[in-house]
Amino acid sequence: MYEKKECVAMLLAGGQGSRLYTLTENTAKPAVPFGGKYRIIDFPLSNCINSGIDTVGVLTQYQPLELNEYIGNGQPWDLDRNIGGVMVLPPYQGYNGADWYKGTANAIYQNLNFIDRYDPDYVLVLSGDHIYKMNYDEMLDFHKKKNADCTIAVLNVTLEEASRFGIMNTDSDGKIYQFEEKPKQPKSTKASMGIYIFDYKKLRQYLIEDENTPGSSNDFGKNIIPAMLEKEERLFAYPFKGYWKDVGTIDSLWEANMDLLGSEPKFNLHDKERRVYFRTPARTAEYIGNEATVSNSMVTEGCEVYGSVINSVLFSGVYVAPGAVVRDSVIMSDTVIEKDAKVEYSIIDREVTVEEGACVGQPKDEGAGIAVVGMGLTVKKGKKIPGGLMVNAKTLEKLK
Amino acid sequence: MAATVAGIIFSNLHDNNIPELTRVRTMASVPFGCRYRFIDFALSNMVNSGITNVNVITHNNYHSLMDHVGSGKDWDLARRSGGLKILPPFSTVSSKDSKLFTTRLEALCSISDVIDSMSEELVVMSDCDSICNINLQQMISEHISSGADMTFAVKKVNLTVEKAHCEAIVRTDENDCILEVVDQPENIKGEQDVMINISVVKKEVLSAMVHAARNKHYSSLYTDIINKAVNIKKFRVFRYDGFYADVTSMTDYYECNMSILEKSNRDALFGIKGRPILTKVRNSAPAKYIEGSKVVNSMIADGCIIEGTVENSMLFRGVKVGKGTVVKNCILFQDVYTGNDVFLNCVIADKNVKITDNVMLSGHRTVPFYIEKGRVIKDR
Repeated sequence: MYEKKECVAMLLAGGQGSRLYTLTENTAKPAVPFGGKYRIIDFPLSNCINSGIDTVGVLTQYQPLELNEYIGNGQPWDLDRNIGGVMVLPPYQGYNGADWYKGTANAIYQNLNFIDRYDPDYVLVLSGDHIYKMNYDEMLDFHKKKNADCTIAVLNVTLEEASRFGIMNTDSDGKIYQFEEKPKQPKSTKASMGIYIFDYKKLRQYLIEDENTPGSSNDFGKNIIPAMLEKEERLFAYPFKGYWKDVGTIDSLWEANMDLLGSEPKFNLHDKERRVYFRTPARTAEYIGNEATVSNSMVTEGCEVYGSVINSVLFSGVYVAPGAVVRDSVIMSDTVIEKDAKVEYSIIDREVTVEEGACVGQPKDEGAGIAVVGMGLTVKKGKKIPGGLMVNAKTLEKLK
Repeated sequence: MAATVAGIIFSNLHDNNIPELTRVRTMASVPFGCRYRFIDFALSNMVNSGITNVNVITHNNYHSLMDHVGSGKDWDLARRSGGLKILPPFSTVSSKDSKLFTTRLEALCSISDVIDSMSEELVVMSDCDSICNINLQQMISEHISSGADMTFAVKKVNLTVEKAHCEAIVRTDENDCILEVVDQPENIKGEQDVMINISVVKKEVLSAMVHAARNKHYSSLYTDIINKAVNIKKFRVFRYDGFYADVTSMTDYYECNMSILEKSNRDALFGIKGRPILTKVRNSAPAKYIEGSKVVNSMIADGCIIEGTVENSMLFRGVKVGKGTVVKNCILFQDVYTGNDVFLNCVIADKNVKITDNVMLSGHRTVPFYIEKGRVIKDR
């Protein structure tokens, strides 16, 4: 016996996130740490609960262990429910054999049985690699008001940026008449945010048709949306105003972290409206030492800072020794920056040790790019990791 | 652990030590160390030692305590069997005696039914304001191997006469058996074994004690029960030598908080591997340091936004320090707001205090200036 739910969310969290290199070597992109104490997936999950959606399927595939462990029973997001709640949905073996999720649409198709249990009127499709706060309920209202079959959230981007996105061409009412993936000459600046609300009956029908279409890549952007447009279904663009960032690359992940800083940040995590929830155990408040300098930065509980931290984000449990300098960088949990070590314009993953006098990265204005150090590594005494270089266990060994 | 163990925590004893802070809360829910409440130590000590049936005895103003512990999930105590139980005062319409307890023993008498129905072999009892990180597992196994009826944790402390008057001092023989407990001595000072008010007792022994106390209207565990039975029963001490603080006055409270700024104290209380101090998780973003801010020798909890200067201070979660504001030697509780160009020295500001622009306030280390919960202080 399952209770009917008006809207069920399906969160696509199976992608490898290969453009984050070593950061996603052992973990799925949605589980990548962000903003001092969050994971990327906290944002869509918190948005769901803040929008009154209490049934969320999370589709996992690539390196799911850490992500599964993080989501757990969904308690931090109040998604531990007797009816509904959060449910991790990995690919599975069925009566007619087993299949990996072949594409975004196929992942949902393989879990139609999950959605059917709740007999929803609408299905919200989300991806697990975006940083934003959004009220999906308002989008659902829009969807209902337009009597739409599918509503796609869009962001107004600049004309130059437009050729990097999927662009929706609409009439004055917001009705989409054309969808162009990364157009060379964009006709509009309405970029798809990868957030869809579907009428479930329609979605179900199109997913089944798509599955039976030979050669389809089973993808929402490439197949489902074009198919719906072709059949002249009612597709609408929902204009979103606010902060949104795809953190699929090292540069955008770094930028999104920096967007949190300052008294008037681009993205504010400190407002008490629409909170973002997370699973982080309680740690002692951070200690800032006698000789420390902390400027334009975010520091999380469990940190001990004796050196300088400038324009940076420190995750919980980071230790910055006396004389050490951290500038323009993102330092993830439990990393140790030893005495007189220097970290410039870098992203350092969890549990890294930068030994005494070692250098990671180069000053930002030298233009060498962001240096990245993978999880659990030790940058030995006196060693130098040049800007723009990304090191994991293998490449660190080769480095002179 | 071979034996099964239940826990009991007293949440309202010693409320009168710091009446300012306990006016709106129990001693158990007095804030401490930037993000903790006193009860976190007792709860964490028990949970870290595998005790999962924890009973908290309360008698008044326990709303803040309920709010803090909730279902117990932050301590993994939200369980189908056992878990955290809050025991509010219990009185029936026909009960003649509706007076609330004032001592540990009376508190136990008030829950005698709960004690009788416990299925565990041993009971660990802890005051809520014993601020320490103690290995109860070790204490329990010593208790079992020594064959004691009841074991009390003690700590060697160098006392002044005034401080000694607030403590219970234990005298022992060469085998660590208790000869006498001197409660609130008049004229003792120097190195003494001080009760840290954590004990392990056989459940049967506790049950019998409580029934005897009810019949004979005893009120003091130490003088009426222990001292009278030292020759019949085996009462032992367990020597604890880690960080310990108990708060007997506002000055004490202030100093005790400030001592955490010392790394050695912080490590001894919070940094023990496998024995984390757990507390309620609030959904605060990390603390933000704005350009131009200056922070030295301070502890800052998540959710703070700092634009001014903070020195030798402890900031609880969600504190805002405005531009040009100087906060020195202060303890600012959760969500305290300071405007611009404020000057504070040796101030303890309770939850939600708002201090507007240009206000100057100063106490002294020995007499910290206390501002009560929710108070708004304006320049004029």
